[in-house]
Amino acid sequence: MSDDEVFDAEEVYARASGKKTLFTLVLFVGVLAVAVFATSMGAASLGMGESFGAVLAEFLPVEEVSTFAQVVVLQLRLPRILMAIITGISLGVAGAVMQGVLRNPLVSPYTLGLSSGAACGAAIAIVLGVGVLGAGRYVIVINAFFFSLLTMAIVYGISRMRGTSVETLILAGVAMGYLFSAVISLLKYVSGNEELREIVFWLMGGLYTARWENVIILIPAVLFFTLLLMRYSWDLNAMSAGEEVASSLGINVNRVRIICLSLSAVLTASVIAFTGIIGFIGLVSPHVCRLLIGSDHRYLIPCSGLIGALVLLVSDTACRTMISPTEIPVGIVTAFIGVPFFLYLLVSRKRRWWQ
Amino acid sequence: MKLKVKDLSFSYGSANTLEDITMEVDKGEIVSLVGPNGAGKSTLIKCIDRILKPQKGTVFVDGKEAARLSSKDFSKMMGYVPQSTLEVFPYTVFDIVLMGRRPHIGWRVTSNDVKVVARTLRFMGIEEFASRYFDELSGGEKQKIAMARALAQEPKVLLLDEPTSNLDIRHQLEVMNIVKKLVQEKKISAIMAMHDLNLASRFSDNMVMLKDKGVFTVGDPKSVLTPANIENVYGVRAEVRNGHMGRPYVMPIEPI
Repeated sequence: MSDDEVFDAEEVYARASGKKTLFTLVLFVGVLAVAVFATSMGAASLGMGESFGAVLAEFLPVEEVSTFAQVVVLQLRLPRILMAIITGISLGVAGAVMQGVLRNPLVSPYTLGLSSGAACGAAIAIVLGVGVLGAGRYVIVINAFFFSLLTMAIVYGISRMRGTSVETLILAGVAMGYLFSAVISLLKYVSGNEELREIVFWLMGGLYTARWENVIILIPAVLFFTLLLMRYSWDLNAMSAGEEVASSLGINVNRVRIICLSLSAVLTASVIAFTGIIGFIGLVSPHVCRLLIGSDHRYLIPCSGLIGALVLLVSDTACRTMISPTEIPVGIVTAFIGVPFFLYLLVSRKRRWWQ
Repeated sequence: MKLKVKDLSFSYGSANTLEDITMEVDKGEIVSLVGPNGAGKSTLIKCIDRILKPQKGTVFVDGKEAARLSSKDFSKMMGYVPQSTLEVFPYTVFDIVLMGRRPHIGWRVTSNDVKVVARTLRFMGIEEFASRYFDELSGGEKQKIAMARALAQEPKVLLLDEPTSNLDIRHQLEVMNIVKKLVQEKKISAIMAMHDLNLASRFSDNMVMLKDKGVFTVGDPKSVLTPANIENVYGVRAEVRNGHMGRPYVMPIEPI
């Protein structure tokens, strides 16, 4: 064949890759822009300039800034904004990886029982006041984290007994989800007023508990796990064609599956332990990205994370400002903003994106 | 590359069982595995490709034990085409064929990888599909793309699991012609599990007939496809005529 045509293929491929890279960058800049805008939004009316000043004053000896602005922006808004971003990234990344590794578009941390597991752990800590590491300030967080990972281990263990079939794994996850929900209902039923209120709040999820001390630990952890998962992009691409093809391409399917599921479980568990259940993002971010840039996991994983961050940040900013000083739980806003957008993409695209 | 299977046994449940299979495939040869349902054709293909792990026996590739090779090195030698491919998520044809470069690729796609994919698509006559989405294509086109992916691995041996079973007669011939052209031009070998005895007869150099988990007979199509063998293995009375290019043509009459 002539070299012209080979060259042409290279150019077409380079153009397609360039577009996806550009999309990733646009998302990244979008998240930053919304984050900057969000620092100036809130119950305390501070202008964009004042908010910026407050942030800058922390690092540079610039002009006078009121301590009030500094406290509001640095201690209240900034950690919360960062928390929204990393939570969105975690859920988006974990959703994309879980769907890819299980070849199923309906999978999310929620369907695999991880969220229910975390919620159950939290509810036990709330009602009984004790967790796996005794009592203390972080008892709810640690219990939620532990129960979430325990769920993943149980679900994977059950599927192993049946030769690691994907269907068994998903069904075991759904079943465990129901079991934990039942335990939560039971705990709600027997708990007193105060505890009931706390459980309900936890179940709705929210970012109002964000503090610097948690955010500082979560940022490097989330970035580390995301990068680690991205290393498996090619394996995930190959696995989408089925286990047999993947294994003929030199991939140890079972090994990749357990590594990716464990990493994404840790990723999810570490954020939802702090935020409570935030549904929808883990399921939908990967789909939004697939509709826009296709399924190559090298781009899908980071984009799904960024879409998750964007949706959660916009939702959370809306929920703390819409009827301020009161807040609407973020899960409600996420659904109100996210679902119409997702349904629009779903029906406006001619192509079906899964069979 | 010479492929040798020695005393291979595999069992999983009751349906997929093989006992003491021994066979050889020479370089530049097309070998068909034939036999009734459950005789273990697909299982044998998967055992050769290390998708399934045989309990006993060895596969030798150029005298080297396949099981001792790293999975990456092994996957550079063997390409596998499944019976049918279902992609759950949207991938373009180009991306799917590019997955065949997985054994050769790091994180970045090199210009050589893109060239190999482009050449493969061209070779298969499907370059116009490159940026189409896989789920928009017909069964025959999908089969060609699955073959293109295996080819992009640049394997020495191509393993095909019933490559024509879901195709119309035109696509059957197209796919088989591609296999033939590949084996001739790229000097590789092909092993195919086949249901259609006449396609197998027409396109293979040698046939391995399986019965009751074992090898019943081996040889060129003329010596394998005899009325006696077909009756014995399939339980079907058949006439064997002289077909296209002097290859035997099997006309099944009735089950016995």
